[in-house]
Amino acid sequence: MIEVHNLTKHYGPITAIRDVSFTVAKVAGYDVFAESLEVRRRIGYLPENVPLYTDLRVGPYLEFVAEIKGVPRSDRKRRVVEAMERCRILDVQNRLIGKLSKGYRQRVGLAQAIVSDPAVLILDEPTIGLDPKQITEIRDLIKSLAGDHTVILSTHILPEVSMVCSSVVIINQGVIVAQGPIDSLVEQFFPTARVEVEIAGPSPDAVREALGVIPGVVSVTDVPGSDGIGRYIVESSRGRDVRGEVFQLAAQRRWDLRELRRIGMTLEEVFLHVVAGEQSHTGESA
Amino acid sequence: MKVWPIFKKEMRLYFTSPVAWVIMAVFIFIAGYFFHSIFNYYARVSMQSAMNPMGGGLNVTDGVLRPLFSNFSVILLLMMPLLTMRLFAEERRSGTIELLLTYPVRDGAVLLGKFLAAFALYALMIALTLVFPAIIWYFAPLEGGPILTGYVGLLLMGATFIAVGVFASSLTENQIVAALVSFLILLMFWVVGWSADFADPALGRVLQHLSLTEHNESFAKGVFETKDIIFYMDFTLVALFLALRSLEARRWKG
Repeated sequence: MIEVHNLTKHYGPITAIRDVSFTVAKVAGYDVFAESLEVRRRIGYLPENVPLYTDLRVGPYLEFVAEIKGVPRSDRKRRVVEAMERCRILDVQNRLIGKLSKGYRQRVGLAQAIVSDPAVLILDEPTIGLDPKQITEIRDLIKSLAGDHTVILSTHILPEVSMVCSSVVIINQGVIVAQGPIDSLVEQFFPTARVEVEIAGPSPDAVREALGVIPGVVSVTDVPGSDGIGRYIVESSRGRDVRGEVFQLAAQRRWDLRELRRIGMTLEEVFLHVVAGEQSHTGESA
Repeated sequence: MKVWPIFKKEMRLYFTSPVAWVIMAVFIFIAGYFFHSIFNYYARVSMQSAMNPMGGGLNVTDGVLRPLFSNFSVILLLMMPLLTMRLFAEERRSGTIELLLTYPVRDGAVLLGKFLAAFALYALMIALTLVFPAIIWYFAPLEGGPILTGYVGLLLMGATFIAVGVFASSLTENQIVAALVSFLILLMFWVVGWSADFADPALGRVLQHLSLTEHNESFAKGVFETKDIIFYMDFTLVALFLALRSLEARRWKG
């Protein structure tokens, strides 16, 4: 749906993106420069600051957007009502946008993005500044949109990405540093599975040695900053679950096993790993 | 061309916010005050001339309508920047322009829609003043011709004011700055004719030709002069063209 080849964009002296290629920027096969109007007909965009006409009422505003986006007259009323239903703003359709709460404005913004049923939706920080209930609602809404639309979500909230997105592109200082489905990114950057263990009592050396000989275990390390408590991270090859063996071992030796927990590697860790790695490189060169 | 939706949106914005109502009310109030004093003055003068056997030669068109129209243009000079300052400056300040420019609509259509909306509001405002000729007509016979040409002249001059205002509004995100810039431009083209008398004759003619007021004189007298019509249209087109360029420049600045 979207193709980008060697795209570079500068904001003054700062290069925002450099040679970004996802798989000439094209949307639905249309070049964004040469066929700008065709592209604009096929996108719905919600900017981060949700700019709306505060002196218009919700209903007429959405009708204006539908009309200007070329929704045929016969469909217009229906599409506006549908968009309002999906975003749950039917109850405020006669209110002035300027009088609405932040959560409602966000949803009006989302409604204007989807009112023309565009192929591609671009949402920039759609949940910022909302309360937890509104955040959940907006996320559910975005997920429900994903079936019929390609949704591009730009956000700083990584758990949100894991919850909503199927595929991720991480851009650091204008360069793509990682891309792909979240699961495969995790595998790519963290090839091992990790288990956190807390065992009280015996000397750490003995525990480390005993854990180290479990088949499949690659390494055993102390949890940083946990001196004397007896917390360890056991890394094993991916796909091998060593928790059973760790439990058996503790039971056999009558160790006091207090916690045994698999550490799921999240997108956050991938992000930190990738971006921190990049930054230390640039730090060296600077 | 998606001019119509833009036009409707701008009209809604004018009328759901108090802007349109306040501007129209203030305009008709000031215009009414001027009409009242001119009409009163005319009534007194014509009474005196009626008693004077040497008098005569007075008529309402010259005595009331012409001074009224020239007063209108002064009020408009002051008020039109207020009517147009919001058009682009507010969209830029609130960021709505960012969204508007992602819609499948050409810059030209946005510009034209906004221009026409301001012009429609202006036409409505001017239409309110038709009550003054109606009042005169109640008391004294009135020629239709000069009224018609006077109003056409006002509409043409208003179009140039609006185009200049739209251009000024496209330059900045501050409404006050937009209003002041358009006021400055209008004022310059207003007074440029005054210095024509002191200038070198050739230059003087050019200056006089550039003056916004000079060209309104003939309309108030009841004459359609092609050169005046062309002047206002040219002025409007040039200002709109500059506004379009300023919009396009902003688009690529990102």
